[in-house]
Amino acid sequence: MSTEAPPSDAEKPQLSPLMVKVNARLAPLILEHREFRGDDRIHVARENILAVAGVLRDDPELAFDLLLDVTAIDYYGQPDDFELRREVWDRDHVTMRRLPRRRNLMALPEKGPHPRFAVVYHLISTSHLHRLRIKCRVPEDDPRIASLTPVWPGANWLERETWDLYGIRFEGHPDLRRIYLYDEFEGHPLRKDYGKLDEQPIQAYVGPGAKEPRRPE
Amino acid sequence: MSDLVQKNRVAPNNQRGPAARRADFDDLHTEPMHIQMGPSHPAMHGTVKIELDLEGEEVIDADVQIGYLHRGFEKECETGFLYQNIPYTDRLNYSSPVLNNVGYCLAVEKLFGITTPPRCQFIRVIGGELSRMADHMLALGASAMELAAFTPMLYLLEARELLLDQIDAICGARVTTNFTRIGGTLDLPEGFAAFAVERLDRALRLTADADKLLTDNPIFRERMQGTGRMAGKDLLAWGVTGPVLRAGGVPYDVRRATPYLIYGDLDFDIPIGEHGDNFDRYLVRMEEIRQSCRIVKQCLERLPDGPVNSDDRRVKWPPKRKVFGQMEELIDQFKLVLEGGYPPAGEVYHAVEGANGEVGFYIVSDGSGRAWKMRCRSPSFSNMSPLKHMLIGGQLADVVPTFGMMNMIGGECDR
Repeated sequence: MSTEAPPSDAEKPQLSPLMVKVNARLAPLILEHREFRGDDRIHVARENILAVAGVLRDDPELAFDLLLDVTAIDYYGQPDDFELRREVWDRDHVTMRRLPRRRNLMALPEKGPHPRFAVVYHLISTSHLHRLRIKCRVPEDDPRIASLTPVWPGANWLERETWDLYGIRFEGHPDLRRIYLYDEFEGHPLRKDYGKLDEQPIQAYVGPGAKEPRRPE
Repeated sequence: MSDLVQKNRVAPNNQRGPAARRADFDDLHTEPMHIQMGPSHPAMHGTVKIELDLEGEEVIDADVQIGYLHRGFEKECETGFLYQNIPYTDRLNYSSPVLNNVGYCLAVEKLFGITTPPRCQFIRVIGGELSRMADHMLALGASAMELAAFTPMLYLLEARELLLDQIDAICGARVTTNFTRIGGTLDLPEGFAAFAVERLDRALRLTADADKLLTDNPIFRERMQGTGRMAGKDLLAWGVTGPVLRAGGVPYDVRRATPYLIYGDLDFDIPIGEHGDNFDRYLVRMEEIRQSCRIVKQCLERLPDGPVNSDDRRVKWPPKRKVFGQMEELIDQFKLVLEGGYPPAGEVYHAVEGANGEVGFYIVSDGSGRAWKMRCRSPSFSNMSPLKHMLIGGQLADVVPTFGMMNMIGGECDR
């Protein structure tokens, strides 16, 4: 909830200059802020991502003009941040890794109470030279989030890639096709429940020179 | 840039624009033609397909289709230990693999919180800059060859071979370098400085010859000037980085913007262009070769003595002699190999300046030896996304130089 944001900020007296500026403009929309090894990241509700992105790009003090990366994380049965609640993931983590990696043999951990996916954006400002990471949680049963193509056109291919590999739909994307894999591919391969050795059904060749289908006799 | 280059910036035919060119053929009946360029086409180095809609010679629509070299780099990295993934990064940008090795190891070291010794940082910079020069030489040579200039390609490939000799002397491989380790690197061989300087000078002379053959060549300039143009503002919005962005006049270079290793102490210039066309991309790359050479020579002069590996026991394997003789070291080795070391749980993003732009590795660790999530931000992928808009409105023949100057590397783009 956005109302819980201020306490987490008050706990951290050492805010980076960037986070002071970001908080001044976006405090009501930021769910929480974390810092690890000097990387600032903010968590935002997925309904607010377009508004946040617009402010980050247009504000002259922030001026995030370059969208470096869009990707997703599949926290299958894991909490949001590994550095916080270690005991939650420890047991499942071991179970998941020890078994063979075929999907039909793998005992996946129970789905946790947290939303399964997180969409991650990496930004940099080429004038102020500061970097920021944005995370939005996206639940499994409704994997949708607003597309950032109106703000940064460069999100186009990056979002297509995220759709291809994670199956997260970007609402308002002009051309949401698969980018690496073929259209008939079943599933999304970077999800944790897609095994590394899983096989795909063989597709009949259609196109120039294809053989006629055999007639029933 | 020489005065000669500044004169007659835009070749006459390109200056007239698509509307004027189309007016020449107003009374001719033409139908849009759909052609497929690639995935196996001599000018599409790196497998990529461009579906073009042509009206006469003019491109009216283009669809760039990638993915022919998709190997699941990220999935593979999530199932292997952190120390096992270094050879995979060679295969990302296979014409400058050292830069990927360095970028990956820096990201993992940032996760562990390790700082490498100064000598290691110098050696990484030397390897990386040699690799960058080699990449630019291949990009320029291949593009020149696609425009039917075969001689400069031979010159540049010979120069590239001299640089690969040096990388070979350090790590024993020309292309699949596997140059770095987490927390360290390979040490330079005896007498490397003299060996390197002699080869660098020869490589620079060859590059200067190729430069003379290309830069003032009217045919080359006619094909390059004014084609594939995109303004710096648009390039930024599309997420383009590297020499292509700098040719559009935006001085964004990760080595200057957020310095890593020892780049903050080195003396080098960031060349930028002003027109954002293919010719500026060519000139920026040509100048970057010379700047990288400056960096390598500075590093060779200032190279400090000392260890090349970090002493951090979380990543450094104990010496073999002790492994076979002592209990603690044996256990240490056993745990490190079979469990991959234990980084703290957390997530980091570290970017380095690759040959085509910002190469970033984003690692989410759950505290085990394998990354929960591994992501490579590859410059070729983002650079290719606005290619469609550079091609539309140009001619079919402009596809070749524009694509060549984007320098798409299939392994990095498709991962």
